[in-house]
Amino acid sequence: MATDKIHVKTTINGRPEEFLTDPYVSLLDALREIVGLTGSKEGCLDGNCGACTVNVNGRIVDSCLVLAAEVDGQKVETVEGMASADGLHPLQQAFLEEAALQCGICTPGFLVASKGLLDNEPNPSEGRIRHWLAGNLCRCTGYENIIKAVKKAAENS
Amino acid sequence: MVNVSDSKNYKVIGTNPIRHDGYDKVTGRAVYGADIKLPGLIWASIVRSPHAHAVLKSVDTSAAEKVDGVFAVMTGKDLPHLADSWIDHGEGTENVAWSSENIMATKKVLYKGHAVAAVAAKDRYVADYAASKIKVEYEELESVTNVEDATKEGAPILLEDLVGDHIGKKVEKTNIASVTRHEFGDPDKAFQDAEHVVERTFTLQMVHQGYIEPHNATATWDEEGRVKVWTSTQGAFPVRTSTAAILDMDVSKVKVTPLEIGGGFGGKIPIYLEPVCATLSKKSGRPVKAVMERSNVFQASGPAPGGTITVKMGTDKNGKLIAADTSIKLEAGGFPGAAVGAAVQCIFAPYEIANTRIDGYDIVVNKPKSAAYRAPGSPQAAFATETVVNELADLHGMDPVDFRLLNASKEGTRRADGVVFPVIGNEEVLDAAKASDHWKSELGTPMKGRIRGRGVASGYWFNVGLKSTVNLTVNTDGVVALVEGSTDIGGTRTSISMQAAEILGIPATDFRPTVGDTETAGYADVTGGSRTTYATGFAAVKAAENLIEVLKERCSIIWSLDKQDIDFENGTFFATKDPELKFTFKQLAANLDSTGGPAASSGSVDLESAGGAFGTHIVDLDVDPDTGKTDIVRYTAVQDVGTVIYPAYCRGNIQGGVVQGIGWGLNEEYFMKDDGSQANTSYLDYRMPTALDMPNIDVIMVEKPNPGHPFGVRGVGEVPICPPIAAIGDALHDALGKRFYDAPMKPGRILNVLGKISD
Repeated sequence: MATDKIHVKTTINGRPEEFLTDPYVSLLDALREIVGLTGSKEGCLDGNCGACTVNVNGRIVDSCLVLAAEVDGQKVETVEGMASADGLHPLQQAFLEEAALQCGICTPGFLVASKGLLDNEPNPSEGRIRHWLAGNLCRCTGYENIIKAVKKAAENS
Repeated sequence: MVNVSDSKNYKVIGTNPIRHDGYDKVTGRAVYGADIKLPGLIWASIVRSPHAHAVLKSVDTSAAEKVDGVFAVMTGKDLPHLADSWIDHGEGTENVAWSSENIMATKKVLYKGHAVAAVAAKDRYVADYAASKIKVEYEELESVTNVEDATKEGAPILLEDLVGDHIGKKVEKTNIASVTRHEFGDPDKAFQDAEHVVERTFTLQMVHQGYIEPHNATATWDEEGRVKVWTSTQGAFPVRTSTAAILDMDVSKVKVTPLEIGGGFGGKIPIYLEPVCATLSKKSGRPVKAVMERSNVFQASGPAPGGTITVKMGTDKNGKLIAADTSIKLEAGGFPGAAVGAAVQCIFAPYEIANTRIDGYDIVVNKPKSAAYRAPGSPQAAFATETVVNELADLHGMDPVDFRLLNASKEGTRRADGVVFPVIGNEEVLDAAKASDHWKSELGTPMKGRIRGRGVASGYWFNVGLKSTVNLTVNTDGVVALVEGSTDIGGTRTSISMQAAEILGIPATDFRPTVGDTETAGYADVTGGSRTTYATGFAAVKAAENLIEVLKERCSIIWSLDKQDIDFENGTFFATKDPELKFTFKQLAANLDSTGGPAASSGSVDLESAGGAFGTHIVDLDVDPDTGKTDIVRYTAVQDVGTVIYPAYCRGNIQGGVVQGIGWGLNEEYFMKDDGSQANTSYLDYRMPTALDMPNIDVIMVEKPNPGHPFGVRGVGEVPICPPIAAIGDALHDALGKRFYDAPMKPGRILNVLGKISD
């Protein structure tokens, strides 16, 4: 297990961050255990649930499938970067108003994934939203309220 | 008690305030079990059996101990060796000796993934590496993974010391842990007199609750001999009970702090990691955290049992059910305790039948020890009963909803296991289903190449009561701190606060609810059995009523009046003889410090069942007869929810249960290989419904208040998972003309039933 650590310089939620990581550490673990941002959640560690979804350079990825060392020089956005001093992001507000979460463990992943959609497609159809979010599993809501919330946020932003 | 059950002029109940934990949960700030950080924290990794059934010969940990970064190693022998003893969690009992063996085996491994050793190291990667260095010697045994194989002559025996109780008879060398019988009337004679009799045998596979958050635990064992646990659980107090029992210590030596929970559905009542982390902490002197890998959540937590159910029902010439007989055989997993008792209570509950016999079998097989999953046992039972009921309705040429109305259980009906129903809403639900837009609508045109069908089915859950406590403290700004011990798995901080708010005449947003740890909160049983809004809500009502008495005292001090001359209504305290003397809740709160200081109160309950609830579901689906692919195109869930407290979450809870039921009906299953292992241990292969698979789920909430609760709360969460499997089967029959007796009704099975492919 003895390896030399890698020095990673990256941007997380608009702030420069640097850290040392073992080469085998995932971006998810680096965010949670090294940087201290635990908003991204571990659900499966094999890219099937989407609870760890983050945005790297404008594309949403499962951070459990990305090595921490890969984000050197890249721009990473997590759920912690969505709200601002002005308040919640419209998606976050809509998730609250539409009861789009029950246990909430999948919520950060859904929010980051949904933002990834609305950033590029401000007015997606319901079918498009359902297709886009098919990589994020929710076991509590049955999805309807999540879809409603994304539509509402699209209308409000 | 303030009797408000006849009043519909509620100010708070029936509204949709933003949930109290909402901001933390949409910003990533909420602390779930795996998010806890403690100084000096190290990580555990668990070594698990690659075999479904084997004798554990030896465990050699020496190589792992030498790995750089390793702090401690343990095997099952590091847990106290316990005699059989039973503890009651309110929803289910457990034998501590078996639980200990399940947490870490010392003699035999009984399923693939059964834990045999653990290591704690500086991080999870080093821990996993060191765990791979532990050498375990097994003597492999033949495995059995379904109830038929486990009960065959000459089947391998899982638990040599198990003595089965077969309707009172003690039986050794058996995999059948128990057989129970409930018999009323004379079913054999009634079947002879029947106009129509339908008897079918159904099979179901093991399924998983599928909560997105894996099991996790963090623990310390300090020099005082005290264990502290941080975990995601449906009940901090039951975790305390189980952990203390398995570590053979008094409950007050263990403190459990519940962190936010990422889903449970019954699966996060048992413990798996807590005694392991505590033991590794004792050995290392460090706090130890463990998070289960997803593949082990499937293979080594507590899924819902599959099994075989035979149901025989008979009707008279008018279509009245006169006899029913069933044998329910459920797979417990490696240790006894399938949800067969609950299945027995539910299987004929929607119907009034004079002559019944119900046999229940709890059978051990080489699969993970099953646990509760949303109305445990009832969805399996409903698949069988509801399918037979639909066949009987067909035989009588009756509309299936009318057939159900003719036979519906109601207040005073004796449930087939003996309980007499109090006020229930079964008939009202059926009436609402019949009157629904969905039931009255045309089927519509299917997608190209598809055939559309409509199905209907009912379901039942008995909604438990049990123990809860709520403590209230008034802040001087009129905001109330509420501390309770019931895990909030999806909005119950708010649904509980709303009930206290209604009593106190203040907004729900003036509450600061906290789910406390086992040394902060008063005792509460698990969040399970659909009990939390009912029972903990009831405790909140009591606490609020007690608080009013405390606050009346304060008015009496301020106004120099007797307490009996002070009354409270609509959020205002007033002197009955002087209308000028009055305080709003907030005004009075500001006067607390000058009238004796803090105002606090408590309320506790230990309740019977909320009376049970029924649902009837209608589904339209399109099936492709060439591929067997099925799409749900319309779904309506009708349910008696008692009084709705928090509508958005009541409705959402029902939708979520329906979607789990659809997954169970269409494609979820433990696909077992010949070697006794599960083939589909990832979400990719254990295919749960996605946003793309599901339509919107229409919900019709029928309100038949529970007279045993001040607001009429009945419990909501479990009923919705019961009808979908049978409703889907009925819709497939409508589309294809074939009945389905095996779940899931996946594409291959549909093609098989159509005779297009062989098994």
